[in-house]
Amino acid sequence: MSTLTQQEFVLGLFEAAPATYSSLRQLGKENFYAQGLPALKAEEYKFTPISKKLETSLTDFSPAKPVKISAEQVKSAVFAGFEGAVLVFSNGQYLPEHSTSVDGISVRLLSENETTPLGSIAKADKDPFVALNQATFSDGLHITIEKNKEVDSPILLLQFHQAQGGQVISPRIWIEAGDFSKATFIDYHISLDDAPYFVNKVVEIKGGINTVLTYHSLQQEHNQVIEVSNLVTDIQKDSQFTSTQITLSGDMVRNNLTLNLLGSNSVGNMYGIYLLNGKTHVDNHTNVDHTIPHAESNELYKGILADQSRGVFNGKIFVRQIAQKTNAFQQNNNIILSEDAIINTKPQLEIWADDVKCSHGCTVGQLDEEAQFYLQARGIDKTTAKGLLLYAFAGEVLDKIEVDSLRNFIVAQIQERLGSKF
Amino acid sequence: MLSIKNLHASIEGTPILRGINLEVKAGEVHAIMGPNGSGKSTLASVLAGREEYDVTEGEVIFQGKELLELSPEDRAREGVFLAFQYPIEIPGVSTTNFLRTALNQVREYRGLEPLDAVKFLSLMKEKMALVEIDQKLLSRSLNEGFSGGEKKRNEIFQMAMLEPVLSILDETDSGLDIDALRIVSNGVNKLKSEKTATIVVTHYQRLLDYIVPDFVHVLYKGRIVKSGTKELALELEEKGYDWIKEEVDSTATV
Ligand SMILES: Nc1ncnc2c1ncn2[C@@H]1O[C@H](COP(=O)(O)OP(=O)(O)O)[C@@H](O)[C@H]1O
Ligand SMILES: [Mg+2]
Repeated sequence: MSTLTQQEFVLGLFEAAPATYSSLRQLGKENFYAQGLPALKAEEYKFTPISKKLETSLTDFSPAKPVKISAEQVKSAVFAGFEGAVLVFSNGQYLPEHSTSVDGISVRLLSENETTPLGSIAKADKDPFVALNQATFSDGLHITIEKNKEVDSPILLLQFHQAQGGQVISPRIWIEAGDFSKATFIDYHISLDDAPYFVNKVVEIKGGINTVLTYHSLQQEHNQVIEVSNLVTDIQKDSQFTSTQITLSGDMVRNNLTLNLLGSNSVGNMYGIYLLNGKTHVDNHTNVDHTIPHAESNELYKGILADQSRGVFNGKIFVRQIAQKTNAFQQNNNIILSEDAIINTKPQLEIWADDVKCSHGCTVGQLDEEAQFYLQARGIDKTTAKGLLLYAFAGEVLDKIEVDSLRNFIVAQIQERLGSKF
Repeated sequence: MLSIKNLHASIEGTPILRGINLEVKAGEVHAIMGPNGSGKSTLASVLAGREEYDVTEGEVIFQGKELLELSPEDRAREGVFLAFQYPIEIPGVSTTNFLRTALNQVREYRGLEPLDAVKFLSLMKEKMALVEIDQKLLSRSLNEGFSGGEKKRNEIFQMAMLEPVLSILDETDSGLDIDALRIVSNGVNKLKSEKTATIVVTHYQRLLDYIVPDFVHVLYKGRIVKSGTKELALELEEKGYDWIKEEVDSTATV
């Protein structure tokens, strides 16, 4: 990428950045300049030429302003049967007027009080997109879950996106969970039309001790969307954190998920499904850092790739020398439905401790034709048989989603997709 | 009901079936016996519509229709059922789960109303009793961790649910103990009627004590080389296949 383009790209964004958190933004800017957008062969972005994609797809390097959202739009976006609080965002800007409150949880705009320690978990010097977001983020949300509060109903973060001519949307969310608290979040992105845009999102989650936190993320925007999402979480003693990442569409999507296991007896779970067709390119980079003894991580990502879609999975497990008695499991399974679809899958294990249990595996295969024939021989048409099998393949991950309304919604989406386009 | 004329089939260029002729009428039971590798399963698979096999010659008429022109699912809907010799495992798909889809697609093809969940369940209960199969087994992933006998019983259970016109049982008796054999045969016998027909592929005469055939055929090297009545099965049990092989091989011209 030419320097000029990159300069152009960031300058408009930097100039239009809000005035809040000025020193933090300045740091973000410096960190961004120090790293630059990933070069074409940069190790971390090797299979995902994101800079090139941005360069060729974005025409307007300015932030997308919040757009008006109606009560009807909110209502129709919420899944059938969903019971819980809804927090609404428009192009990253939190909209209190559309949001509902939850007992035990307090929310405030990031700008309301410029004390949120943004960047303390998602470090700007680790990734250029985190840095870029830190310099330019819009007025997102600071969410606090009270100590001892177990919030049983899920909290839906409804993120509406709409831009003109490929603008940039920079959502930023900070979640802080008090000791002994429990909460489940659903991060759901919705495109309001089919104009292109670039979402560069950062979510930081700071867990207390003995917390149970779940973060479901559903990416189902239109096929012109470029997205880089960074979710970073600190997991303390006796806590459990679970992430599910479901990606069904997009132009080029990159998800960086980082779990820092900081206290013993903590558990980090990373689950994902990517169901891709057309030319959608989805890259899931996960990174779990075992920094202490007696912690566990479990990972299962499943991919179904049709047409000319492209999938990338890179699962890093880092076990530090003192992190004895670590249990780390990782699995990535893929079904390729077309000769033109590509998957690059790579486990990346760095284990410095000697008393650990680690296992990993990845598979790439085709649909089981014998199984398909078996079902056809029972009277089921070929397309339905295929759908049944693919659905069963993804089912192991879907079963991890404990919110019924969300699971049913995803199941319906997947079944509809499998019934027609796959 | 079924008329197979000069059927030739090959796989990856190797001929396996080399001119099969067989007439099956409604109400009949035909046994097909023969040494390993003679083409019995291939014949069953070709009838069910497996795509790996190339039919190079011949025709199959099933109830007035060109069977070989139909997709596997349409053959099933027309009433052909194959109980597989080696029922496969399908992780994540339970019998209950796919069978309702299957049954309703079959019913739709036959111009019948779909069964709702309640009616489906009560039909299931009835047919489960027939083959003495447990409902728990049917809600588990298909054949995953099933014993050999459970797999075969599940095949016959599915047959009972789909009410086929022509049932092809490919070595359904292999690996069954005598109790399971009795249960499976009873099930098959109860499903027989004047309007249906059964082709039993087997190695062993003992199954034919339970499911009594009207005709017995010996398949060898892709051809039916001998046909007779149930006495032929007894003779084969006693003398083995060598005498037939010798007879065929000495007169072989191919
Ligand atoms: N998928 C296949 N690929 C190659 N050869 C096959 C395949 N299926 C069957 N055959 C061959 O066809 C012949 C007949 O096999 P099969 O029909 O299974 O016999 P049977 O059921 O009588 O034991 C055997 O020689 C077998 O090796
Ligand atoms: Mg066989």
